[in-house]
Amino acid sequence: MTTGAGRLDLPGTPVFDGETSRRGLRMNKLFMSLREAANRERFLADEAACCREFGLTADQQQAVLDRDWQAMIELGGSIFYVYKLAVMDGRSMQYLGGVFTGMGEDDFLAAMRAGGRRDG
Amino acid sequence: MAEVIWGLATSHVPSIGAAMDRGKTGDPAWRALFDGYAPARAWLAEHRPDVAILVYNDHANGIDLDVVPTFGLGTAERYEVADEGYGRRPVPDVLGHPELSFHLVESLVDEGFDLTVFQELAVDHGFTVPLSVWTPDPGDAWPCPVIPLLVNVIQYPQPTAARCYALGQALGRAIASYPAGITVGVLGTGGMSHQLAGTRAGFINPEFDAFWMDAIEKDPGRLAALSREELIRQAGSEGIELIMWLVMRGAMDDRIGKVHSDYFVPASNTAAGIALFDNRPSPA
Repeated sequence: MTTGAGRLDLPGTPVFDGETSRRGLRMNKLFMSLREAANRERFLADEAACCREFGLTADQQQAVLDRDWQAMIELGGSIFYVYKLAVMDGRSMQYLGGVFTGMGEDDFLAAMRAGGRRDG
Repeated sequence: MAEVIWGLATSHVPSIGAAMDRGKTGDPAWRALFDGYAPARAWLAEHRPDVAILVYNDHANGIDLDVVPTFGLGTAERYEVADEGYGRRPVPDVLGHPELSFHLVESLVDEGFDLTVFQELAVDHGFTVPLSVWTPDPGDAWPCPVIPLLVNVIQYPQPTAARCYALGQALGRAIASYPAGITVGVLGTGGMSHQLAGTRAGFINPEFDAFWMDAIEKDPGRLAALSREELIRQAGSEGIELIMWLVMRGAMDDRIGKVHSDYFVPASNTAAGIALFDNRPSPA
């Protein structure tokens, strides 16, 4: 249901709204659990079982197993939660930026160092 | 009565804390940022308040998405520094000031701001990085007790800029009505322009940031009039964090004096800003 102002539609800009958060709740809970070393070990020992235990949908589980970062965002992941998985894998926010933009990490990093990316 | 003596606005990018924790503040990629902090740090070291209130947001460390409070205030005696998944920062836990917290909760609820109350809260980089920007070498303890004021900026709908500014104004009145004659510093954190996800990731808007930096001092009402959509469009999906600067600004007087400001790109994927304001400026 989208009453009031309705959903924002800004090009290239995922907005983490209530519907998105509801869709991603189980997956985001899994990501949040990765703050703790024991949970990281358990996840790495059997990722699929861990996804099932947290109640991810089949699509979400596949996105996690494939490290399909874009799909995780589309399936309700909050960037701050998805980032926990990336950090566990030794990935940086610049790496993710390279994925989301399709630029690759090196070009993304160079663009940031040159003052960041602009619209248009 | 208690008195707000200064307001400090600063970004809270985790890599700023990491650069400090790993001794990289002199590296070419970072030196200009930390040089830009120096004048503010020197002034703040000479103006230590009795208590500070730090307006910030959590990033999946102290709270999760089961409960998303729009505004919250800590009433604890101590706030543990969170382990965000890669070891806790080597900085002291934060001592609170429950007596002032309870006064603020009561005053703000009476004014119509129905805050969520946190009796226990682990604080993450959103909290500790601004403290490190203020005090790079805290030793065993931060300079004074600090009270967390949480704002939801992660899940839409975030509170409006106008509501944040009004909360700050009510906060200023609440502080002024506290019976003890203590001094208070207020920190507004987050921003400036940045976006982490989507094909627009890496977005930086220096023109908007410059406009914001000027208006936060001289014309905050103009910033309070910006819509959520406009903020996300101009500052990026995470740049909307700037609304937390308006809580700080609202708690200060109409006329303030700028002590120092600086702007640096990039701190990771973010435009990092710092602005320090004196609430007791010399007469114009």
